[in-house]
Amino acid sequence: MAENHPVAFRWVAEAKRRGAKLIHVDPRFTRTSAMADLYVPLRSGTDIAFLGGLIRYMIENEKYFKDYVVNYTNAATIIRDDFQDTEDLEGVFSGLKEAPQGTFQKYVYDNATWQYKRTAAWDAAKAREEALKAATFAEMIQKMVPPPAEKDPTLQHPRTVFQIVRRHFSRYTPEMVEQICGTPKELFLRVAEMLAENSGPDKTTTFVYAMGWTQHTYGVQNIGCAALLQLLLGNMGRPGGGILALRGHATIQGSTDVPTLYHSIQGYMAHPDARRAHDTLRDYILTETRPTGYWANLPKFMVSYLKSMYGDAAKPENDFGYDWHPKINGDYSFMASFHAMARGEIKGAFFFGQNPATSINASLIRRALANLDWMVVKDNFEIETAAFWYKSPEVQSGELKPEQIKTEVFLFPSAQVGEIEGTFTNTQRLIQFHEKAADPPGDCRSDTWFTHQLALRLKKLYADSTLPRDEGFKNLTWDYDYEPGKYPTNTRIQGEPDVMKIWREINGFKTDTGELLKGFGDLKDDGSTTCASWIYCGAYPEEGKFLPANRNPDPDDKPGTHLGWGYAWPANRRILYNRASADPNGNPWSERKKLIWWDAGQKKWVGYDVPDFPATKAPDTPAKPGATGLDAHDGKSPFIMMADGKGWLFVPVGLQDGPLPTHYEPMESPVPNLLYPKWQNNPIAKYYEHERNQLATVGDPQFPVVLTTYRLTEHHLAGGMSRWLPWLAELQPELFVEISPELAAEKGIKNLDLVRISSKRGTIVAKALVTPRLRPLTINGKTVHQIGMPWHWGFMGIAVGDVVNDLGAWVADPNVQIHEMKALLVNVEKAQ
Amino acid sequence: MAVAVSRRQFLKVGGAAAGTAAGALLGLGVDLRPKQVRAQQLRIKDAQVYPSVCPYCAVGCGTLVHVVNGQIVNIEGNPKSPINKGNLCPKGAATYQLHVNPNRLTKVLYRKPYGTQWEVVDLDWAMDRVAELVKKTRDETFVETLPNGKRVMHTTAIYSLGGATIDNEWNHIHQKLMRGLGIVRIENQARI
Repeated sequence: MAENHPVAFRWVAEAKRRGAKLIHVDPRFTRTSAMADLYVPLRSGTDIAFLGGLIRYMIENEKYFKDYVVNYTNAATIIRDDFQDTEDLEGVFSGLKEAPQGTFQKYVYDNATWQYKRTAAWDAAKAREEALKAATFAEMIQKMVPPPAEKDPTLQHPRTVFQIVRRHFSRYTPEMVEQICGTPKELFLRVAEMLAENSGPDKTTTFVYAMGWTQHTYGVQNIGCAALLQLLLGNMGRPGGGILALRGHATIQGSTDVPTLYHSIQGYMAHPDARRAHDTLRDYILTETRPTGYWANLPKFMVSYLKSMYGDAAKPENDFGYDWHPKINGDYSFMASFHAMARGEIKGAFFFGQNPATSINASLIRRALANLDWMVVKDNFEIETAAFWYKSPEVQSGELKPEQIKTEVFLFPSAQVGEIEGTFTNTQRLIQFHEKAADPPGDCRSDTWFTHQLALRLKKLYADSTLPRDEGFKNLTWDYDYEPGKYPTNTRIQGEPDVMKIWREINGFKTDTGELLKGFGDLKDDGSTTCASWIYCGAYPEEGKFLPANRNPDPDDKPGTHLGWGYAWPANRRILYNRASADPNGNPWSERKKLIWWDAGQKKWVGYDVPDFPATKAPDTPAKPGATGLDAHDGKSPFIMMADGKGWLFVPVGLQDGPLPTHYEPMESPVPNLLYPKWQNNPIAKYYEHERNQLATVGDPQFPVVLTTYRLTEHHLAGGMSRWLPWLAELQPELFVEISPELAAEKGIKNLDLVRISSKRGTIVAKALVTPRLRPLTINGKTVHQIGMPWHWGFMGIAVGDVVNDLGAWVADPNVQIHEMKALLVNVEKAQ
Repeated sequence: MAVAVSRRQFLKVGGAAAGTAAGALLGLGVDLRPKQVRAQQLRIKDAQVYPSVCPYCAVGCGTLVHVVNGQIVNIEGNPKSPINKGNLCPKGAATYQLHVNPNRLTKVLYRKPYGTQWEVVDLDWAMDRVAELVKKTRDETFVETLPNGKRVMHTTAIYSLGGATIDNEWNHIHQKLMRGLGIVRIENQARI
């Protein structure tokens, strides 16, 4: 954190000054470690073993927050009798089956047995049949409400979530943690004690993570494991608690919310999918709507989204244009798409401010680019992706020849942040507006200009089409030009779209009057509202009032939620599920940790944040049996997006690879899986087969060293925004590899020697930085060396170096298709 | 959007900060205040100030962009932002060089199929050509229904990558254009 998000780390330092304890768990000793009260090394890729050990410690030593766990989590819920845990099946859950074709997996799970046990028989298929006959979406949803789940608030029933979790982690002992992670037992126990001491009514602990947790074939379960632990400790929905993702791009949150991602449409709704029961709009809504909890409103979000796509042409009688909307039919993620490109299945590609020629298994990506008919790169500098056809290592070595590469390449220069007006959404969901300060030079244009101008041209090209397949595009609304006479006069650039018109569409309005919507509570499922992104609805509640442009910070003596600075979705809430900051009766858990609370006099929730709960729903409100939406929850259920209003220790739906986190080894590992010898890896991890994507074997003698990659303060990702800047290039001019003195001695490597690093996919050269910041670990009696490399370099720009991602493999987490660059097997040798 | 911080307000903030730092040295018998004030004035003399946001990581530090005669002359941390209180890391502090940099491209470069060099081309011509290529590829590869009869209305032969460093407004209209055309391979940095 101190390296990659130093300005945010300032607040950690401030917390420390006020008495907070800082623990840093990392394979490398970094600037963050230097600031920490406790630095804890571990082997890269063993986080679930470590966190699982902490979960076991909290349960066995009764250090969990009992009132919180019983009332606010699903600990008391009873799971179906036929559920079987990894402890029962030696490393897999019940429901494992062979994968269908085209999933890049050997196995997948059927999650039927992971479900809650209901108090009465429940036939979901029959309910669905009945629901399809209903007249309105509301009636449909009503028919899908299941009977309540069975519960045991004493947590003693052997099939309660609590007891299942306890048994699941029972072998994650401190000794096991030491054997798997290489973390000394005493150090691990010190972490457990410090966590327990700093959680409870009067204190909270937060977890902060970045790609060290996500870039694994069980990346989602890493985060889920932290969530499980935080729920046990009562640290969710409370000030100073939570799990904080340190994200690496200015609007990586926004580009996930307003998604340029294949699997989801606006506001975290699933993309219509030909592999699921999504044939019609009613099918889609039945499949995707959770009838209880806030997601019961999905029909309103979806219909309003379709209205934002197809405008007046979206009508009840044509399912609001649902049939025009494309459906996905497979894995179109980053790696899957380059896999398709390598097979010649992709003809054209756009690359906007992203540099895949230096990304995972980069040599294979560069070869794939040569299979394209055309590609468009839009960037500030001539990045590696734009130059692959004449400058890549494959061209330098003669394997690719420019005169044999068919790809038609366009490189469009971009405008930069100071030259555009628009918004970024930061890692805490805060949308902030930035003004335009000056025109960009020459033919540099904003990306918004590019897409707007491309759309206008395509609209013209399709204007005369009478083909049914083009009907949807012809009906796609595209009304972003400034109103006549409103175009800014202080610019020489013509043809920019009106950003506030784009925001009208994102925020939404009433289709009859055009009046902007005040919030997502105003959305309707009958076509009378249009709204592209329900979660952003309310950011622009009225003309002349654009909340992301707010710049009114709290004064120093105020609580510091800064509700007047920018706009945090949803509804400007700064801490999600903040009902959990009060006890079941609605009083703060402690004076020190108060955030929102029930004011019995005013009969509403009040406090320092916008309540993430119905504003006037009293703590003693009972749940309405058989009701939909939030009426199905009582006044003590803070997790409003969840079907049961509870934080899920055990996850019955939503995860592909199991309801509980389980320790598996990385796809390339120096050791066998000590906990589950029969299942070395995540059984449903993805592998994109290709001759240039081979993996090392377990304990491969040719590749004995663990490589982890990381970023530097002075560079940004693949370097597209840093390696061309003299100030930054000078600060970190060249690639290096961090090697422990022990490994260096073993290999005859001295500081500053050139070193060759090889994986099963490629070989690169870097300068050695021999440093005790990396330590050999003892893993179940075996010495395992780890090395670390920053990965910012490439063959273009003013600071050049080998591409570390050439070493990477196309393997993926089955939930989100992230790769595993944080734990690879390599060999290290002195270069001659 | 109106300029939220006037130059006068800004100088007040900047002057206060300079006073604190320089004041600390007074105890050592050194008075840097006149020099600091002069340096500040030189850098942003007659500048208009525009509030902005750092384009690098997702912390969202506030910045201020100084413009003189339509040219960006300086970018620095916004002291008013509760996120960074005026601080920036080395990357954020280098934002100026993202804008003012001799390595920056200012013309559209084009490489013909099987070509061995870049050519500089007209922006409008390039836009027209890209639109033609998108239409051609889409029309040649569009699938209405799968062999199993499921309606998909898509093409998987065009791929759009990127977006995490680009404004929300672009992400919105771009994903809308792609999905409107039936292009479903849409990805950005958040995946990896």
